Amino acid sequence: MGRTSAVDDALLDKLEILADAAKYDASCASSGAKRRTGGPDGIGSTTGAGICHAYTPDGRCVSLLKILLTNYCLFDCAYCINRRSSNVRRARFSVDEVVRLTLGFYKRNCIEGLFLSSGIIRSPDYTMEQLMLVARTLRRDHGFAGYIHLKTIPEASPWLIEQAGLWADRLSINLELASDRSLKEFAPEKDGTAIKAVMGQVGERIIEAKEEKRRFSPAGQSTQMIVGADASTDLSVLETSDTLYRRYGLRRVYYSAFSPIPEASSALPAKPPPLQRENRLYQADWLLRYYGFTVKEIAAGGEGGMLDLGIDPKLAWALKNRERFPVDVNSADREMLLRVPGLGARAVDRIVEARRHTTLRLEDVARLSSGLKRARAFLIAADHHPGGLTDRADLRQRLVAPPKQLSLF
Amino acid sequence: MRRVELKDGADLDGFRRALRGLVALGVGPDEVVWSVGAAPSLFGDAAPLPADAPPVSLPRPVGALIESVVCHRDPERYALLHRLVRRVLRGERDMLDHHADPLVHRLALLDKAVRRDLHKMHAFLRFHEVRDPDGAEHYLAWFEPDHFIVEATAPFFVERFESLVWTILTPVGSLQWDRRSLTVGPAALRPEGLDRDDRFAEGWQRYYESTFNPARVNPTAMRAEMPRKYWANLPEAAAIPAMIRSAPARVQAMIEAEAAAPRHRTPDKAVAAMARQEPATLAELNRIILAADPLVPGATQAVLGEGPAGAAIAIVGEQPGDQEDMEGRPFVGPAGQLLTRALEEAGIERDAVYLTNAVKHFKFVARGKRRLHQSPTAGEVKHYRWWLMKELSFVRPRLVVTLGATAALALTGRSVPVLRERGPMDFGDWNGFVTVHPSHLLRLPAGKGAEQAYRDFVADLRQARGMAKRTG
Repeated sequence: MGRTSAVDDALLDKLEILADAAKYDASCASSGAKRRTGGPDGIGSTTGAGICHAYTPDGRCVSLLKILLTNYCLFDCAYCINRRSSNVRRARFSVDEVVRLTLGFYKRNCIEGLFLSSGIIRSPDYTMEQLMLVARTLRRDHGFAGYIHLKTIPEASPWLIEQAGLWADRLSINLELASDRSLKEFAPEKDGTAIKAVMGQVGERIIEAKEEKRRFSPAGQSTQMIVGADASTDLSVLETSDTLYRRYGLRRVYYSAFSPIPEASSALPAKPPPLQRENRLYQADWLLRYYGFTVKEIAAGGEGGMLDLGIDPKLAWALKNRERFPVDVNSADREMLLRVPGLGARAVDRIVEARRHTTLRLEDVARLSSGLKRARAFLIAADHHPGGLTDRADLRQRLVAPPKQLSLF
Repeated sequence: MRRVELKDGADLDGFRRALRGLVALGVGPDEVVWSVGAAPSLFGDAAPLPADAPPVSLPRPVGALIESVVCHRDPERYALLHRLVRRVLRGERDMLDHHADPLVHRLALLDKAVRRDLHKMHAFLRFHEVRDPDGAEHYLAWFEPDHFIVEATAPFFVERFESLVWTILTPVGSLQWDRRSLTVGPAALRPEGLDRDDRFAEGWQRYYESTFNPARVNPTAMRAEMPRKYWANLPEAAAIPAMIRSAPARVQAMIEAEAAAPRHRTPDKAVAAMARQEPATLAELNRIILAADPLVPGATQAVLGEGPAGAAIAIVGEQPGDQEDMEGRPFVGPAGQLLTRALEEAGIERDAVYLTNAVKHFKFVARGKRRLHQSPTAGEVKHYRWWLMKELSFVRPRLVVTLGATAALALTGRSVPVLRERGPMDFGDWNGFVTVHPSHLLRLPAGKGAEQAYRDFVADLRQARGMAKRTG
């Protein structure tokens, strides 16, 4: 295969269209797969932790070649730029073209692997089969050991999704909207029950394969919800996530603040929600998974089912539960330390380890955590007591830097 | 004062040797000046340390920390490590757990900087395809790390690009891999015209620009992870200023553009496509099964069911065996021959029965030239269940007979103790009958028990035949 004949202008034009069409998917993670190498005849490796190979000026990382197989689509989901009634330029890759691009970029160390999604063409089964064939060709014909994330087509037949799980590291099924009602309104051809049925199926297969030491989507499954396109509150979004984590064992829920798209549908709100809402949801999601918070506690930090946009949800909860503070770093249990604003899980682990050797003073804590500025109002150390600071009415103002205009350069 | 001279860069071996000597002589950290490179020191003598000092035994995490920290540029690194080793040897063996200790904290920062540098080199190094004189593919990269990490990155790149020929050049050293061995070389200069004529490099820049969403512009977040110092060696970064400049206008244009009027919104086509995709005939289903990959790699081919659609009895076995896998037909091996004989004795014509398996692929372990049958797991049985159910729905038998535990599991979804529950059983959609698998009979030691078991099996089949008639 010659160097210049491998990629021509037509292929690069398609790449531009189908990368543009895929950029609204929040996930680009390449972590969680087992360590694996292609060996002397294959190509690539996965290290377990993901590697971000670049960052775009929207602050998001480029870890995978994130493209659509095609942006033609039979469906007409209002929030989606690729819906059939949109006037965007359309293109379609062949299986071989996606394989060639993935290998070409991988060999140049631009990516960790492939994230392949697709509009639905001909039928969901046909589309799913094409996605699966890309993964199979990479793995079987090229010994590709990099990361492969396939977006499943929930309407496809179960056996095709099973075939995809044989080759992919991760499968995802986008829920898109938190409630079935919104889904009906904005995505008339999509079926919320079918989406959850596939999540259930994939979740079950992942558990079985693990027990039976077979390969099936070893890096788990994930989903995405669009925030701000419908009227769902943060509380209902988080309740949905909580259910997904517990019932289907999802690895990640991604939140994507609805952003203006070219060729927008008139069914959508005119203004985008603040991007900060997405950020707060990620923070809340983190509290849910790693900090022992319940959805109710998190939501109680805000008002009317919406998170406080001004401060992070952990600080919001602490300010409303001041009677639980201050907490003594030298004696508090791990669960309570995890609830101190400014202390992350890693810092808490190091505190617990370090205090076996010594009695911690405030400067010790400063070496263990970078968030001491926020934490000190909530902490007691050997040489420190916040006194009345914890209960001061203006504590919030003292902890929050005044907002400033971000520079674009 | 004692002067110890080490090579420039990350001289792990030199440090290790020196440390052994210093420990053997009982020289403390305050009595040593560490001198790196050729620069002569004003202090102390460079009297040789004993060459045969015994190795110093250190806890594993301390060894790992030393390996990392020697890669740092900080001229104090060796002195700090010496102090660490001294304290560890004097009884503070767990001192690395004491994260608040100033020395531990300082070393942790050095370690973190090195690990970050390693990570950034893994991430931001770009290979460019060049051609060797003989026309062979060769990948060449230029990178400028902050610390002396080039050798430490080698395992990553060798593992990832083992099948390629590549060269990595940096101002502090170079690596070369020829698909068999690694050569560590001296510092290099930036090569000219790296991405000349590489369409993939051009494609990557266009990809990078296309994947940016102007409505979310946030350069601060980008720079936190990808500081400007790396941009010079990232071809795609050339586009960044223009991307940021044009973002506000692009967003404004999107917001001002009127909502596109929905065209042909009827979902008929999509709905019809979903309804159409289920296989409509047994032949269509079989095409799908043949095209599918085995859940367990190894099988030669899928083995399909055999027999007339509309057969009164469908018999479901476990999975194809060695011979079935080779011939692509069910029940042709020893167990199949035994089944044929038993069917005959029970008054059932084999050709009138639909024969199939719960699992469509042969699962085995290779033991020399022999392929030893392995029972499918519950998960594998579930995986194949949709096909089996679909298959039965096309055949529409009056009675489904399962042979053995796997087939019974496939039809009932639970594990059935076959010997205890053999006989008629409700399979939900089907009238069912559970009996043993003929391979079970083959495994019994020859004798009275085996004869009786065979007679029981024939009796079961006879009873099934009666049931199929009655329900007909």
